[in-house]
Amino acid sequence: MNLSLGNVQPQTKRFVEPLALSSGIILPEYELVYETYGELNQNKSNAVLICHALSGNHHVAGLYNDDPKTIGWWDNMVGPGKPIDTNRFFVIGVNNLGGCHGSTGPSSINPATQQPYGADFPFVTVEDWVLSQARLADYLGIECFAAVMGGSLGGMQALQWSISFPERVKHALVIASAPKLSAQNIGFNEVARQAITTDPHFFGGDFYQHQVVPHRGLRLARMLGHITYLSDDAMMEKFGRDLITSTPKFSLDVEFEIESYLRYQGDKFADRFDANTYLIMTKALDYFDPAQKTDNRLDFALSVARCRFLIVSFTSDWRFSPSRSEEIVEALMKNQLSVSYAEIESSQGHDSFLMENDDYFSVVKAYMNNVVKDTL
Amino acid sequence: MIRFDHQVIGQWIKQGSRVLDLGCGDGQLMKYLQDKYHVSGYGVEIEVERVVSAIANGVNVIQRDLESGLLGFTEQSFDTVILSQTLQAMRKTEFLLNDMLRVGREGIVTFPNFGYWKNRWQVLTGYMPKSEDMPYEWHNTPNIHLCTLNDFERLCERLQIKVIERHVITEGKSVHLAPNLLGGLAMYRVTKIT
Repeated sequence: MNLSLGNVQPQTKRFVEPLALSSGIILPEYELVYETYGELNQNKSNAVLICHALSGNHHVAGLYNDDPKTIGWWDNMVGPGKPIDTNRFFVIGVNNLGGCHGSTGPSSINPATQQPYGADFPFVTVEDWVLSQARLADYLGIECFAAVMGGSLGGMQALQWSISFPERVKHALVIASAPKLSAQNIGFNEVARQAITTDPHFFGGDFYQHQVVPHRGLRLARMLGHITYLSDDAMMEKFGRDLITSTPKFSLDVEFEIESYLRYQGDKFADRFDANTYLIMTKALDYFDPAQKTDNRLDFALSVARCRFLIVSFTSDWRFSPSRSEEIVEALMKNQLSVSYAEIESSQGHDSFLMENDDYFSVVKAYMNNVVKDTL
Repeated sequence: MIRFDHQVIGQWIKQGSRVLDLGCGDGQLMKYLQDKYHVSGYGVEIEVERVVSAIANGVNVIQRDLESGLLGFTEQSFDTVILSQTLQAMRKTEFLLNDMLRVGREGIVTFPNFGYWKNRWQVLTGYMPKSEDMPYEWHNTPNIHLCTLNDFERLCERLQIKVIERHVITEGKSVHLAPNLLGGLAMYRVTKIT
């Protein structure tokens, strides 16, 4: 699949109506940066919202200025003739609140102090994001989404949409996700956060004023994350125990391919991502638990949902394993809701949701064909 | 053209009822029941290609290996659980029969009748049987638990499963006379004796 949208443009919308966050803090005003692909039909029934995961953003598909390096993070999924077909759907990608790619976040200027928010930026939750996305939908004139879709943390947003705004979404596609994190998941996140907050360049979150970034901490956080996104098999397959030199050097320099890969990925990420955003996003993951308010019964939490669901998991995903997706499926079935579930054979671990895979794409394509019928 | 065995199943299904179709394949049966009897529910299927076809047919489908049972499905949450030409390919026959009548008030079980005279004849002539309902060779068949009408009814008795209705068909026609000998496909509507 090489059909692409070509060049795309981000847009920004400023919201001056205060947003009451789950934490109790009120954000007086904020901006959301977003992109749209395809055309909104006349009855505005073909809009699809793509929610991003931990390190994603609004740039879902297409390129900037013909530069192939700027390709969107889900370009294999979204575009003309692709599973999320922009010839048929009006697709919206939005950078979540707290992000670092244009939407208001910790690196944005706090109007109250004229300094970057830094440590003052409030914690945001999946519910808060959904609320802010709904306001963007209001602005764009979309009363009801044909579908809300996301992988991982993005899938949590799709699930939350079905609870927060049952009348405003017809289909939710929840991919490689979970109804809440396990203690192990939170543990990984906490190690990542500690790597960042103990970096001497973190300055309690106010590193912007010191003209430094906690590069080492963020790099470590990403290296750890990367290990958990891949499977043992995929790593062995890709790197094995290969040395980058012919013989061991008995030093702490990079020796194994996997070390080189992780360092490279860590550096690349730390160069482009904001450390405070990383902290906020991981906390949003940790806090997500829609069943908390309903006696820890996910089926009770989902009893308000009205949309249809597609749930997808991947066999080698141990971060958000298939059994976590099945918890969602079972809760939906208890409510006699419409749901299809596919467990896709893949060796790529949690990252599978971002990869091209014939079975996975066939499932999404077949499902979206049904979504189209609901837009007519 | 709707398959005759699907039409028979349809006659056993109440309008607007909740149905679970185990081993739903491409979802043809569920689609027929949805269109004609306005049932709701799910198909269960292990093969991803068939999951895709079922979705394309507008059927809710859950990808799962039936050998692991119906864990996660709530007790008595379906009016009817269907096991259409799948029983004979299952390893844990008793476990699945019990589990389907745990989640469903009624069950519909269909399977190729090994006692069909054409099958018996082939065995007599010295070969494993092949037929319209059992189209495989002995070395590539997924069928591991073949049985006759008598065998199935005996198992039901042992498992305290009551046969509500039985319909036996051969090549698209109902069979009334000597069904264990003349019937190619056995169809049972069953429930648990309480």
